[in-house]
Amino acid sequence: MKIGLLITCLADAMFPDVGRATVAVLERLGHTVAFPAEQSCCGQMHVNTGYQKAALPLVERYADVFAPYDAVVAPSGSCVGSVRHQHGLVARRFGSTGLQDAVTDVAGKTYELSELLVDVLGVTDVGAYFPHRVTYHPTCHSLRMLRVGDKPLSLLRAVDGIRLVDLPDADQCCGFGGTFAVKNADTSTAMMTDKMRHVLDTGAQFCSAGDSSCLMHIGGGLSRIRSGVGTVHLAQILAATRDRPYAVDQAHATTLEGRA
Amino acid sequence: MLGMPTLPPPAPRGVGHLRGDESFPAAARHALADTQLRANLGHATRTIRAKRASVVAELPDWEELREAGRQLKVHTMAHLPDYLEQLEAAVTARGGVVHWARDADEANRIVVDLVKAKGVDEVVKVKSMATQEIALNEALEAAGVSAWETDLAELIVQLGHDRPSHILVPAIHRNRSEIRRIFLDEMGDVDPDLTDEPAVLAGAARLHLRRKFLSAEVAISGANYAIAETGTIGVVESEGNGRMCLTLPKTLITVMGIEKLVPRYTDLEVFLQLLPRSSTGERMNPYTSMWTGLTPDDGPQEFHLVLLDNGRTQVLADAEGRDALNCIRCSACLNVCPVYERAGGHAYGSVYPGPIGAILSPLLTGVEDNASLPFASSLCGACYDACPVKINIPEILVHLRARHTETYAEEHRAPSAEAVAMRTLSYVMRSPLRWTLALRSGRFGRLLGRRRGTIGEVPLPVVKQWTETRDLARPPQQTFRDWWADTHSGDPS
Ligand code: SF4
Repeated sequence: MKIGLLITCLADAMFPDVGRATVAVLERLGHTVAFPAEQSCCGQMHVNTGYQKAALPLVERYADVFAPYDAVVAPSGSCVGSVRHQHGLVARRFGSTGLQDAVTDVAGKTYELSELLVDVLGVTDVGAYFPHRVTYHPTCHSLRMLRVGDKPLSLLRAVDGIRLVDLPDADQCCGFGGTFAVKNADTSTAMMTDKMRHVLDTGAQFCSAGDSSCLMHIGGGLSRIRSGVGTVHLAQILAATRDRPYAVDQAHATTLEGRA
Repeated sequence: MLGMPTLPPPAPRGVGHLRGDESFPAAARHALADTQLRANLGHATRTIRAKRASVVAELPDWEELREAGRQLKVHTMAHLPDYLEQLEAAVTARGGVVHWARDADEANRIVVDLVKAKGVDEVVKVKSMATQEIALNEALEAAGVSAWETDLAELIVQLGHDRPSHILVPAIHRNRSEIRRIFLDEMGDVDPDLTDEPAVLAGAARLHLRRKFLSAEVAISGANYAIAETGTIGVVESEGNGRMCLTLPKTLITVMGIEKLVPRYTDLEVFLQLLPRSSTGERMNPYTSMWTGLTPDDGPQEFHLVLLDNGRTQVLADAEGRDALNCIRCSACLNVCPVYERAGGHAYGSVYPGPIGAILSPLLTGVEDNASLPFASSLCGACYDACPVKINIPEILVHLRARHTETYAEEHRAPSAEAVAMRTLSYVMRSPLRWTLALRSGRFGRLLGRRRGTIGEVPLPVVKQWTETRDLARPPQQTFRDWWADTHSGDPS
């Protein structure tokens, strides 16, 4: 199977580790992934901020670049959500019939990482090792737009050494919402504060999720209050093994020590 | 074009409660600072949420019911003019009088004239969103008529000189000690030893209201639904005050948005299951009152139905936004909304708060009059999941955001800073070369936050709002695409 890799603009610029981890997991399972360098952003930011026309060239590019693959995978629930639910919207409004068909076609084979692993490749135990106490935030778009259900959790449960703890009120939004975090900064912060309180209540060392953007937001808050709790993307946990354990970064390690 | 009927206008300015004085973020700031309010809201929405979830889970066919509700509404809206005419004919045949009101001003004038013609200076009211929307109480007041709200929560709001903040529980932002204070200060004839026990408070309100019910000659109600086939109007409520208003006074005036229509009597089967479970978390609502025109010597002997447009035809004309009219005002979307829970109902500046308000108010007024509302959502989607008629609120929000930015662009010669940023980003991102270069140059961000590995407060626009409460991770040494080029350059791609 030809698997194309969509690396979201945020992961590309800010969290390349998440992309590397996605590649590592799939390669370890014996699959070859391709990263077509002509790709760019999925356009979600434009659509959600009210600039659908500006999103059109990005939607066209996506449909074009990923058409040749059997499956496309992205380590981001919200970008896959955008491909599945927003590309059609933009294509219907501004695109040609050809684009509408192309968009439907490629959306049907675009998967979030846990969906690809569990539904398409049929694995739940990817042979990972992550000896830490972890709580999982399901993120709204994975939960409600994609309905990934407990696929991420079944992957996590199979991880060696992990101590998975339930997050109270897990289905509540963390308050990121793209530009919402900036346009409605106060409300966003109030939502984030509750999410952080729940994370801290679990006593976990890490809060994990399938979306770098939510993690950037929650992690930014946890860092600001010097909580000592880190964030880690689902892909990074799945990529870690006994031979190549997850490198707890320096800043995080210090705060963790400070906490102990 | 000559001879073409023109669309009735959007809800007019200067009348009614569909627009706020402040933008959503500014108004939310007050609510966020009020810790008592946040505690009241958090507690109340959490309680209703849990109750709703458990009664919804009882029904094995909940999803089918939702789909049935949605389809009934979609069908009705597609044939609205026909069904409205059918309704008018049926109501008239049974002795009622139908009035058509293009907007809030016209509706208020019709009702005030009807009340004045009866020569009364007092009316009793059943809680109604439509009359809140057009500010009928204020119009009556200006004409020297006192309108008494008889719903307990609505009474609390009225006596407290306050505004409702929730569709179903208008006083959700008040706790019982606040309510006791309001009663003591405003009811006049209340026992000074009043406690804040809910039963005692309800008893005081009951005594106060009973006198009104027995003396009022005219009642004003809204409608939860109207049945086109029979001309039957229905109101559901849970205190019995509605039933008193609908049966005791001689004259009944109902003000109803033109979308509150169902084609047939049997359609109620669906909505009477969807509504109570979604709204109060009950299996059935305690009081369902239905009336069809007039019945000699029983109940009101004069019945007027005011059909209110006030922007609804405009909403109907918007193919992407139209589904907002399917709303049955259950308030489930409010109770699950994390933004509503923090910011409170008043921040939406309209009688329609929460997720439905964020789409319905701008649709009724025109998006520019409520331009901050479509952005008052993190698009988490909880509202869509909860909505008993499956209104895709997130998608309509996104549609209205686009309408706002496009209208702005048409009306202003210079694009907003945001529009420039979005277009530039789109320009950069659609070319791999430009994007790669941009990513590389973006690494100047590494200069910031060298010490802790994160970036703290930065006084730049946008970045400031972010970094006030959150650290920003320091950009990495190498982007993903550069890493890929280094490690997988020989790969086919
Ligand atoms: S939009 Fe849906 S959930 Fe919200 S009040 Fe209307 S019917 Fe209820």
